[in-house]
Amino acid sequence: MNSFATLLMRDLRLAARSGGGAALALSFFALVATLVPLGVGADLKLLARVAGGVLWVAAVLSALLSLDRLFQGDYEDGSLEVIALSPLALEAVALAKILAHWLSTGLPLTLLSPLLALLFNLDVAPSLTLFLSLLIGTPAVSAVGAIGASLTLSLKRGGLILPLIILPLLAPVVIFGAGAVALVLDGMDGIGALALLAAFSFGAVLLSPFAAAASVRLNLGG
Amino acid sequence: MQFLFRYANPHNFMRLSGAVLPFTAIGAALALTAGLYFVFSVPPDYQQGTTVKILFIHVPAAIMAMVAYSSIAVCSLLSLVWRHPLSDTAARAAAPLGAMFTAMGLITGALWGKPMWGAYWVWDARLTSFLLLLFIYLGYMALWNAIEDEIKAARAAAILALVGAVNIPIIKFSVEWWNTLHQGETITTGKLAAVYVPALLTMMLAYFLLFLSLWTIGIRTAIVERRARNLMKGASQ
Repeated sequence: MNSFATLLMRDLRLAARSGGGAALALSFFALVATLVPLGVGADLKLLARVAGGVLWVAAVLSALLSLDRLFQGDYEDGSLEVIALSPLALEAVALAKILAHWLSTGLPLTLLSPLLALLFNLDVAPSLTLFLSLLIGTPAVSAVGAIGASLTLSLKRGGLILPLIILPLLAPVVIFGAGAVALVLDGMDGIGALALLAAFSFGAVLLSPFAAAASVRLNLGG
Repeated sequence: MQFLFRYANPHNFMRLSGAVLPFTAIGAALALTAGLYFVFSVPPDYQQGTTVKILFIHVPAAIMAMVAYSSIAVCSLLSLVWRHPLSDTAARAAAPLGAMFTAMGLITGALWGKPMWGAYWVWDARLTSFLLLLFIYLGYMALWNAIEDEIKAARAAAILALVGAVNIPIIKFSVEWWNTLHQGETITTGKLAAVYVPALLTMMLAYFLLFLSLWTIGIRTAIVERRARNLMKGASQ
């Protein structure tokens, strides 16, 4: 457990110090959200209607930005091999990396979302639902993303192929996340959608370390 | 298992597939001819008119799109768990075929949607999940092509195929949850008029034999290609 925490802290520190991972993702998130009204018009009713979907898509894309470096940096400088040799199981290493990625992108995005929801004219209840859905759903983005990142870690242009691999797999997250907000906007209860989202997220976080570890192993030539 | 591994040897596989291929190919041609004859001779639907005939092109394509992905998933499992050497080649060869069937299902679906729903594309559950399936196929093929080392590419693609296999039912469920406008399945529920059943079944058989033949040709081509490459390597040393 101790080495798990060490690895987690190391990755968080790396994310914070190498070009500010969180700040970058946050600015991207806010920028996409700013461009949307410029594209679809400033009609506040329309903006409230599309806010859930737009902010969810923007969140997924922002999380994607730093995803291709999840294993790649460690692979290139050789530290991934050292980490793989440590007593910590590779599955736990993958989980630590997923957690670090979520703490440095998913969580800050979630915390910023109420502010952006305000700009999109969302009321308190749908805004809270959006916040909760991001809180529940973004771990799944990091987890599924980790599979893609580990599969493409040896590729020079992995960043190009990564979205093609994982975005279709993330469709349920966007559907349930934005769906919960839409339900609340329609005066219904978003709990069902949030529960489905939680189920997906739980499954993804539980299973993807195994897939990611398997593909790290094959890339290390094992 | 024993049986499967006997044909893991490319030599054995080439012999068996070479003997079987003419039959599946000729069978596909015959079934396709008969199927198209049926399609042209069935009466138009009382509601949909002649456009109902798109059904016979559209439904088998959609089914084969899923059969192809299942084949890839099974081959990937064989490759990852039992290190079956030929199944990587088989999985890779099935991908473009599956993508083609998916694209065919989407295109015929769009052409059918225009007279039926008044728009080429509606964001209905099945169309949307098939569009996602197409992207999954494209991602799978892109991963195969991106990794140079063939063994690594095979393993990575196999992992991705299995992740996709776990995820596809979830995607399908989520998209259905999101929106349903498409009519449900009609063959087993008996809602399809009896006069259309022979045409549809023949077309399904034709598509299946076509897939089998093209898949076999694809695997055989890959084996021959690898042999040629090895010969070239041997000659240059």
